[in-house]
Amino acid sequence: MTTRWFGAPVQRVEDDRLLRGKGRFTDDLGEGALECCFVRSPYAHARITSIDVSAARAMPGVVAVYTAADLPFGGVDLPLLIPHPNLTHGRTQRCLASERVRYAGEAVAFVIAESRYIAEDAAELVQVDYEPLPVVITPEVALKAEHLVHDDVPGNVAAEMTQEVGDVDAAMRAAPHRKRLRFRYERGAASPMEGRAVWARWSAGERTLTVYDSTQSPTSIRGGLAVLFGLPESNVEVIAPDVGGGFGPKIMLFYPDELLVPYAAMQLGRPVKWTEDRQEHFTAVNQERGQVHEVEVGFDGEGRVLALGDDFIHDGGAYTPYGIILPIISAAQLPGPYRIPSYRVRFRDMYTNATPTSPYRGAGRPHACFVMERTLDAIAAELGLDRVEVRRRNLIQRDEFPYEVGVLWQDGNTVVYDSGDYPALLDRALAMLGPKPAGDHVGMGVAVYVEGTGVGPYEGAHVQVLVSGKVVAATGIPSQGQAHATVWAQVVADELGVDVRDVEVTGGDTRRFPWGVGTFASRGAVTAGNAMHVAARIVADRAKQIASDHLEAAPEDLELVGGQVRVKGSPDRGIPLAAVAVLSNPVRYAFGGGTEAATQFTAKAREGPPLHDGEQPGLEATGYYSPPGSAWASGCHAAYVRVDPKTFRLEILRYVVVHDCGRVINPLVLQGQIEGGVAQGIGGAFYERLAYDADGQLRNASFMEFLMPYATEIPRIEIDHLETPSPLNPLGVKGAGEAGVIPVGAVLASAIEDAMGVSITEMPLSPLKLYELSAT
Amino acid sequence: MRVNGVEHSAPTDARRLLSDHLRHDLGLTGTHVGCEHGVCGCCTVLLDGAPVRSCLMLAVQAEGHEVTTVEGLARDVAPLHPVQQAFHECHGLQCGFCTPGFVMSVVGLLAQHPDPSPQQIEEGISGNLCRCTGYASIRRAVSRAVELTK
Repeated sequence: MTTRWFGAPVQRVEDDRLLRGKGRFTDDLGEGALECCFVRSPYAHARITSIDVSAARAMPGVVAVYTAADLPFGGVDLPLLIPHPNLTHGRTQRCLASERVRYAGEAVAFVIAESRYIAEDAAELVQVDYEPLPVVITPEVALKAEHLVHDDVPGNVAAEMTQEVGDVDAAMRAAPHRKRLRFRYERGAASPMEGRAVWARWSAGERTLTVYDSTQSPTSIRGGLAVLFGLPESNVEVIAPDVGGGFGPKIMLFYPDELLVPYAAMQLGRPVKWTEDRQEHFTAVNQERGQVHEVEVGFDGEGRVLALGDDFIHDGGAYTPYGIILPIISAAQLPGPYRIPSYRVRFRDMYTNATPTSPYRGAGRPHACFVMERTLDAIAAELGLDRVEVRRRNLIQRDEFPYEVGVLWQDGNTVVYDSGDYPALLDRALAMLGPKPAGDHVGMGVAVYVEGTGVGPYEGAHVQVLVSGKVVAATGIPSQGQAHATVWAQVVADELGVDVRDVEVTGGDTRRFPWGVGTFASRGAVTAGNAMHVAARIVADRAKQIASDHLEAAPEDLELVGGQVRVKGSPDRGIPLAAVAVLSNPVRYAFGGGTEAATQFTAKAREGPPLHDGEQPGLEATGYYSPPGSAWASGCHAAYVRVDPKTFRLEILRYVVVHDCGRVINPLVLQGQIEGGVAQGIGGAFYERLAYDADGQLRNASFMEFLMPYATEIPRIEIDHLETPSPLNPLGVKGAGEAGVIPVGAVLASAIEDAMGVSITEMPLSPLKLYELSAT
Repeated sequence: MRVNGVEHSAPTDARRLLSDHLRHDLGLTGTHVGCEHGVCGCCTVLLDGAPVRSCLMLAVQAEGHEVTTVEGLARDVAPLHPVQQAFHECHGLQCGFCTPGFVMSVVGLLAQHPDPSPQQIEEGISGNLCRCTGYASIRRAVSRAVELTK
């Protein structure tokens, strides 16, 4: 019988080493390397008048101190990763600032020493004189343009974009009801438990640069380093070893260290390692989510939305290395699962004197979902209708797919929902939620969302059956905890008819697979998963072809089962996959492992040269998958909460999730993704707040004051799944990594508003915020 | 100090953190460092059997004490310790960075409370941060570890 691994709750194959303390995180490697420390700007906005590194350089144990003036690329702007015609004033930082700093935490000098302790001591000896400049710290302040972040960017506006579907002005005029609303969402921080780290070594003899980087995109880092240092890409190896969580900000390139560490290793001829500390992580690593939305909505007496206009400003931070992807996603995702006949959205991406922004789990979506769901709640309140009923009346129905929203998507296409059943999500979530618990100060919240997942351009995979019968597979994208090694093994094992434990997967190592894009946008399962499927299927076909000569049966009559290629219906007529791997590579010299069977004096199963025209040796194949468009996942979250009327403590009494990510590869892994996403959502909605003051100082840059939830803050999450397969890819899968976090702010806002009877228009909340709201 | 049952001499640098000493002098890199200010719990080790944060101690303070790190729970290819096994069975880890700290905290918890109440489990794991799992699977893992230990 064929065992099907796809869909089974297979326990993770990567756990053993991690549980034994044998994980390979970047800082666990590179013992004996030189160690580093940055000198970072204490000011959010200042002119640098002088930098004196002489005392630091003179300190015993210090090997080098770099400022911009010491670097051949010191005057080069770092790459603008995603250009867009509307990004008329894109600006990126330099590796080390030399004239001006635009956020507290911007790197100014880099100290390399025999140990981290010495490097930190020496960094304190670097004298930088600053002339402070006025600080622009929120997008609202930026919009006033009383001061400029970049002198040559008028109004602090990096980009402006307006899109319209239908005729919003006419529809708004004709609407029986109209309402204006304002929503504000603050920045948040991904805060993976492992900060960033880079370890590089340079082999001068072989002219090979090897870089270990806690990144979500080693292939891109490799390409960039090759260009910068003028090396062939084949001489640059970038490996993301075990990565201790990413959640988005580890896909940026380049952070200054990603250039400085390899550069120092090449200059000094010694391995160099830099490991971020938590405090600098708070200011040096990209953040996200700051937006202010001005909404006008027109609707009928039944609560149906007729026209929606949204004008929002996005807190881009001091530079725009990631382009305008975030506001593009917000603009695209705002309508969500609802039918909005006329929709106009305008955004302006504002420069502020704060850490640059790039995607953090959810990437533009939690705030968009918050705006849409809050708007629907406001419509319900205005008309005295049930909030659930208003949602039901606006949901896109299951027979309307593919559904075209008509606005620009992050892959350059327009938004087209491929499949889904949104009313079923809502119904099922409410059935799970059950009746409202008794008691005062209890509220109910609900939100429905969509998520464009699995964006292109592509990923690839290499699959090989070894002469031992074991299978190795590799892809370019690394895992940051999503169990890639397990789920890819499931996909490959099904195609090759082997045990999942006999498939060993490597991700994020350019030595094993040099092509690819990265782990982001809930795209791993869709892109790399399907590439694994494609590659494994080619291998399976090739195995059948080789075996057919030996089994004297047509390839189409063969199947791969139990580690054998065998004739369908005749289980005893088979050949081990290991033997097929041997035969795939005709040899002159047997090297063990059964390879004598492929030498020249053994019986041949077919005529002609050992390799026929077009054949390649080895039972292996490379496959790619390039999605025609995003696969749109969806879900509904609902909750009951209780808010203590005196302390404003939030108690989540019940939290249910119904999630649809198409066909599920591994329910155990999926459950973990959802539970973790919801927990991050709860943290971001009620506990974590980046407390910037007017001077641009982050006042709570530690885990003591930035309150990431412990177990005590996170309730049990009840989860159910709906499976509407994506028609766009062979596996029928959609991404699941980010979904859990998206609607949590909207759900909690709705529930808290219901419990307290106060209007909630901002995120994040906190007991103090609720106290202030209730006091007004 | 004794580390995982083996005697080691103290570091020569008086200001060396216990976490750095374990990781970089003794090569026991399973003990991770997530914040260096004693909040995240990634660096949790057992000091004479009780969980402590190795980033908040100087290595010289561990002189004369018995330190157990995650590497000391199950040697090389020996079967996993029941707490490690339970984390595996319950998908109690994703990226695995916080995991050694959690495992050591739970080993300490079960040493003190072999049959903990749900409240004691909650408290026992509430000093460690995890950014991946949302803690649900870790709670399940602790309950499973109790079963496996019985």
